[in-house]
Amino acid sequence: MPLSKTFTPDFILSMKTPALLLALAATAALSAADPIKLGEYASLTGKEAGFGQTSHQGVVLAIEEINAAGGVLGRKLELTTEDNQTKPGESATVVKKLISRDKVVALIGEVSSGRSLEAAPIAQQAKIPMVAPAATNPKVTQTGNYIFRVCFIDPFQGTVMAKFAKQDLKVKRVAVLSSVSNAYSLGLAKFFKETFTAGGGEIVTEKNLAEGDKDFRAQLTAVKAAGVDAVYVPCYYTEAALIVRQARDLGLTMPFFGGDGWEDEQLLKIGGEAMNGCYYSTHFSAENTDPVVAAFTAKYKARWNNESPGAFSALGYDAVYVIAAAIKRAGTTDGPALRDALAATKDFPGISGTTTIDKDRNASKSATIIALKDGKAKFFKTVSP
Amino acid sequence: MSEFLQQLLNGLSLGAIYALIALGYTMVYGVLRFINFAHSDVFMVGAFIGYYMGKLVPENTVWGGLIVLVVAMLGCSVIGMVIERLAYRPLRGAATLNVLITAIGVSLLLEYSGQVFFGATPRTFPAVFPSVNFTLGGLVISSNQVVVIVVTALLMVGLQVIVYRTKIGTAMRAVSLNPKAAQLVGVNNDVVISFTFGLGSALAAAGGILYALNYPSIDPLMGVMPGLKAFVAAVLGGIGNIPGAALGGLLLGTVETFVNGSQWSTYKDAIAFAILIIILLFRPAGLLGKATIEKV
Repeated sequence: MPLSKTFTPDFILSMKTPALLLALAATAALSAADPIKLGEYASLTGKEAGFGQTSHQGVVLAIEEINAAGGVLGRKLELTTEDNQTKPGESATVVKKLISRDKVVALIGEVSSGRSLEAAPIAQQAKIPMVAPAATNPKVTQTGNYIFRVCFIDPFQGTVMAKFAKQDLKVKRVAVLSSVSNAYSLGLAKFFKETFTAGGGEIVTEKNLAEGDKDFRAQLTAVKAAGVDAVYVPCYYTEAALIVRQARDLGLTMPFFGGDGWEDEQLLKIGGEAMNGCYYSTHFSAENTDPVVAAFTAKYKARWNNESPGAFSALGYDAVYVIAAAIKRAGTTDGPALRDALAATKDFPGISGTTTIDKDRNASKSATIIALKDGKAKFFKTVSP
Repeated sequence: MSEFLQQLLNGLSLGAIYALIALGYTMVYGVLRFINFAHSDVFMVGAFIGYYMGKLVPENTVWGGLIVLVVAMLGCSVIGMVIERLAYRPLRGAATLNVLITAIGVSLLLEYSGQVFFGATPRTFPAVFPSVNFTLGGLVISSNQVVVIVVTALLMVGLQVIVYRTKIGTAMRAVSLNPKAAQLVGVNNDVVISFTFGLGSALAAAGGILYALNYPSIDPLMGVMPGLKAFVAAVLGGIGNIPGAALGGLLLGTVETFVNGSQWSTYKDAIAFAILIIILLFRPAGLLGKATIEKV
């Protein structure tokens, strides 16, 4: 075959040496100016599209800012985003693609703990550092030493809400409704129960629901019969809004409260006025008057059609800056070196508070409690760890 | 006691929606002897037509709600007939398995083109009917639950009248009994089958609107779970049998609700389906179905 013969090693070696060197030098110069590839996987569509969209907008804003300021190590950041459609199993597929085909040097994702847990073992095995903006279940970073997060974890979030129920709501008898197929929900319910019962409160009844359920009247009727002062619902916003709405229909007037899974504007759209008098814990409030937050809110609104940033926008934004700073300190995008630099993150100032990565690769941050009043999410208070 | 009655009411209103969808499965099966898996997606399309119509009519009015309901039913019956004409009629006379696979294909086509046209993000369904809650003793009744039960009951009676008291209904039963003989005595099979699909799809649309009224978050995959439950309800009641589908739907909705309200709520679907298996062990043709020998 004449074609293959043309490219035998003999032929290449017979090429003039200076030409070969020149070619090699050109490749090296190109790679120094090559963009640094970051991969993001998020639920941009589907049931929890709100999570993915808000965090994605924060991520994009941060990347654009860093590139406008000259990039990292003289190279631009290039973001490849994949949508997991809120579907179980899809995160693993898209993260494999990001690692093997797009050759990303670090991963950003996800807001949901369940989907982060799907991707984490893959990132760990490929030795590609992954930074979860808002996966709060402790198990996520326990997957391995390449998995990080820039948010608080559920034992803290559960404790904050247990104390809030006791001190601010002044309730003693509480029912818990959690989603059986959701790692986040089960974890948060467990940590809440532990602190609440230790503080002298009583969990009168516990009911379960499944992801994607729409009818909760049965569980709520049982809760009503049990007679409680408040209901803790550590679920995501679509379920939470329908639960509270149906509860009000059934004549349950007590406060319902939940975790950061409630954080989305759909909560108030689906729930409507039924949500008044409810509370949830989260990472950030755009109402915060801190100048750093105010400046971020202004930038975010200018970039995204006057939309207010949510907690996940701030965390997505912070995740990118934490990664960029780690690349700068490491001086390379090499997996192990980048991992060590991420693990050494200390007192990094961000929008959602100061990030220090502890030995379990978690961040310790204060929680914000939001009160839902007159169809609006209002800042209630901040609880420090 | 009031908790029991409340759960019974919750179960009946959920079951009524399953029953409405189940009727569509059972009618098509009765006439054509195949499961139209695309039915649950017509249910979704019905909810989306309602969503867009709901923006055109004033909210919270009875007549506005009725317009939404009627337009969605008409729209879906056209879609149902088009699906039959394009996807199923060319396969008439082919092996049942071919038609079944086609039905699954149509179902996926509707689900995923729904994601393209409507977007995969859930939408909030507008409150097209006025909604009030009233208490009766310890019982809280929401007007939406009453609307669901009343509309379902009316549609079922209407269906029963069409099938047993009209000429087209007689023709439907004739085609179901023996298509060739029906053709010999002058029944136009194509018209009858087309009508069956139109009627079944209209019921699915009504189910979609009622479902969305009670659970106002709709997305292109919303039909999957209720569709599966309704299919089970149809089998439970005896597939091909109209009162059976209604009975199956109400039974499944009630059992599911009672399990959900009990301490075993984790095993909700497991228990509901275990009951189904037990019933089918003792009555393989379903509760009201007649045991027949399937001709293959």
